[in-house]
Amino acid sequence: MHFGLSEEQALLQETLRGFIEAECPPTRLREIFDEGAAHDSALWKGLAEIGLPGLCVPESEGGAGLGALELALCCEELGAGALPGPLLFHGLATLALREGGAAAQRERWLPALASGERVASIALEGVGGSIDDAAGRPALDAAALTGVARHVPFAEVADLFVVALMDGGLAVVERDAQGLVVEAESGIDRTRPLGTLHFDATPAERLETGAEAFDVVRDAALCALAADAFGAAWALVRMTVEYAKTRQQFGRPIAEFQSVKHQLADMATAIELSRGLYWYAAYACDHIKAEASQQAALAKAHIGDQAVEIARQAVELHGGLGFTWECDVQIWFKRALFDRAFLGTPDEHRDRAAALGGY
Amino acid sequence: MDLRYGPEYEVFRRELREFLTGWPLSGDEAALPQAEQERIFRGRGIDAGYVYRETPEAYGGSGQPSDPLRDRILQEEYGRAGAPGNSLFQGPAMLVPTLLELGSEEQKQRFIPPTLRGEMSWCQGYSEPGSGSDLASLQASARLEGDDWVLNGQKVWTSNADSADWMFGLFRSEPEASKHAGISYLLIPMKQEGIRVRPLRQLSGAAEFFEVFFDDARTPAENIVGQRGEGWQVSRSTLKHERNLIGNPRMISDQFDRLLALAREAQVGGRPALSDAGVRRRLAEIEGFVRACETSNLRMLSASIRGEEMQVMLPMMMTKLYSTDVTQMIWKLAYDLLGTAGLTDCEWAPNYARDSTPPAVVQNYLFSLGPAIAGGASNIQRNIIGERGLGLPRDPRPPS
Ligand SMILES: Cc1cc2nc3c(=O)[nH]c(=O)nc-3n(C[C@H](O)[C@H](O)[C@H](O)COP(=O)(O)OP(=O)(O)OC[C@H]3O[C@@H](n4cnc5c(N)ncnc54)[C@H](O)[C@@H]3O)c2cc1C
Repeated sequence: MHFGLSEEQALLQETLRGFIEAECPPTRLREIFDEGAAHDSALWKGLAEIGLPGLCVPESEGGAGLGALELALCCEELGAGALPGPLLFHGLATLALREGGAAAQRERWLPALASGERVASIALEGVGGSIDDAAGRPALDAAALTGVARHVPFAEVADLFVVALMDGGLAVVERDAQGLVVEAESGIDRTRPLGTLHFDATPAERLETGAEAFDVVRDAALCALAADAFGAAWALVRMTVEYAKTRQQFGRPIAEFQSVKHQLADMATAIELSRGLYWYAAYACDHIKAEASQQAALAKAHIGDQAVEIARQAVELHGGLGFTWECDVQIWFKRALFDRAFLGTPDEHRDRAAALGGY
Repeated sequence: MDLRYGPEYEVFRRELREFLTGWPLSGDEAALPQAEQERIFRGRGIDAGYVYRETPEAYGGSGQPSDPLRDRILQEEYGRAGAPGNSLFQGPAMLVPTLLELGSEEQKQRFIPPTLRGEMSWCQGYSEPGSGSDLASLQASARLEGDDWVLNGQKVWTSNADSADWMFGLFRSEPEASKHAGISYLLIPMKQEGIRVRPLRQLSGAAEFFEVFFDDARTPAENIVGQRGEGWQVSRSTLKHERNLIGNPRMISDQFDRLLALAREAQVGGRPALSDAGVRRRLAEIEGFVRACETSNLRMLSASIRGEEMQVMLPMMMTKLYSTDVTQMIWKLAYDLLGTAGLTDCEWAPNYARDSTPPAVVQNYLFSLGPAIAGGASNIQRNIIGERGLGLPRDPRPPS
């Protein structure tokens, strides 16, 4: 019985943290953010060199064979560094192929995704506006896909999409498939742009056990987003602590005002004690299937809420500067907003958690 | 990460469940007064190695090797069965661990066994009218006269002072020394001439804490824990155990289960509360906080098993502030579910710990405000987190 990270898991986080600090420090992040070019091929290559695109790909297909927990642990670091790039969604797409693909499908797609040679994304939301609303999703007829998928991360960059279907299954669509039109959306988080996919009798291939894989991917996605929000919130707390120690008013650092100190203590407490929520939910995805869906919903709702509230206070504690475009706080604020809303708001997931918890 | 307990612990749990089928008592024993039944069952738990596990047998415990995982299973299973395990009263829960850590051999032999058997009860005499959060400013005095300490002054908010046989308390014994260095930790018999106890009615209407007045009260010189002037350090040990008690995650989980049970029975606008979307969302929101408490505790437990406490210093500092807040959230919703029955007074709810009647819920709601004050008020916790946890500047302090 051990509820903590193994040495390998801690090392995984450290490695990614070190990579982000070296390759995407705040100055570089700011450039990418202002350019709005969130897919930086040099960064992706660097991530591929440490094997991260293949994290959830089975070893037989060239990956590390790890699970939802390791993916979430990486996402904490991605959120902490607000790292631009598709790694979170790519990881989920590989998980979908691993869980839902027939052997031939796995062999066909996974190796190039594991090496990072190709980038994948997920298209789980149709036009219904809710994660469990299947009726609004694209429909697959024979091998032709028709309909619309919205809020698809890195839609303009990905080579491959895992698309949730009206009948509950999953299908794979290649980027250059006929009848696929990609339309950029104006997304709030410039580190993770979104797009809409329009399918018009587009060739697509159904994953063999897609319906089961959908649940796995959704739950892992909720954990990954919770973890990303967790990392972002802690980054905001750290930034704000540093700022409060240096910003002087009334002849002293504002951190000396007890109301500021207490506000920071509350922010840190709210986030630190929710760490176990995402750990547990992600562990449940890998090992306690019966609990996974409810725990993932609770973690996503809880941490999504906390992170945005912490971001709001971080803006406030930075004063007028915090309200500017120039101040980096906004990068993490918007990261947290994305994590909170993407694949469903806290209210939506609390409704699901209540039902799943048998209230 | 691996949340399986493993076969050895599964066996332990199975045997424990078997043992716990002995509660509630049956036959003739079931007719005994509640307190007597609890004493009997607790005694059986000690013999079976389940209660006061780590306290040596010589002092009346089970004398088992330390094992936080077994402790956790015990908390879970005793909680589920509603059976009396380790007592949460001040004596067994706070004084005994302090004596085990810092008491003399004679003190351990004299005080621990009767305290664990429930034959010697205790109250905690720290707070004074002028010294709560700033406890080290306390003024009640102890003067050594011959073989006795002579005590004067006043304590306040002292829980269970009327029924307690003894008090463990802090007194200023070295008036010349600096604030923190002038305090001694003394053990004092309560039933004596020089001590007067007056009830303080709480906002719930009940009188469970008291004022205690010392007027040349006495206790033998040897009833000091640690050396003269070391009382502050000794009291830190007690405080640690008090905060663990208040932040106990099992208590939070049990309270959430009670909330769910109440919600199952309650009506909102003439319909079952559980069909109300607002109620469901609030429940799920609170469950998020409850899970945060539970999983944080699990994490701290794992770290302590591996001797990695340093990695969880921050969550340890945060637990009391957070969990006392969550307790209030739970009872606030329970109170709201009463609707206009929340207008009921609660003075007549002696079984508030079990009942689901409106007065019992009102009482629990009112009580839920206490833990955030007792054992270090929330703002004091925020100072600790900010200063020691986040490295923010300390509050300005007057020169001492
Ligand atoms: C149910 C209950 C049971 C209790 N049982 C016992 C018992 O058995 N034995 C015992 O000795 N005591 C007991 N107490 C007393 C308890 O320990 C004190 O009430 C507590 O330490 C706070 O002290 P105070 O009441 O003097 O409040 P104060 O210290 O006057 O505090 C009042 C308010 O000011 C805030 N405050 C104080 N100092 C600061 C600061 N530096 N910065 C910011 N805010 C500050 C506090 O957070 C609080 O909100 C009990 C209290 C309760 C509620």
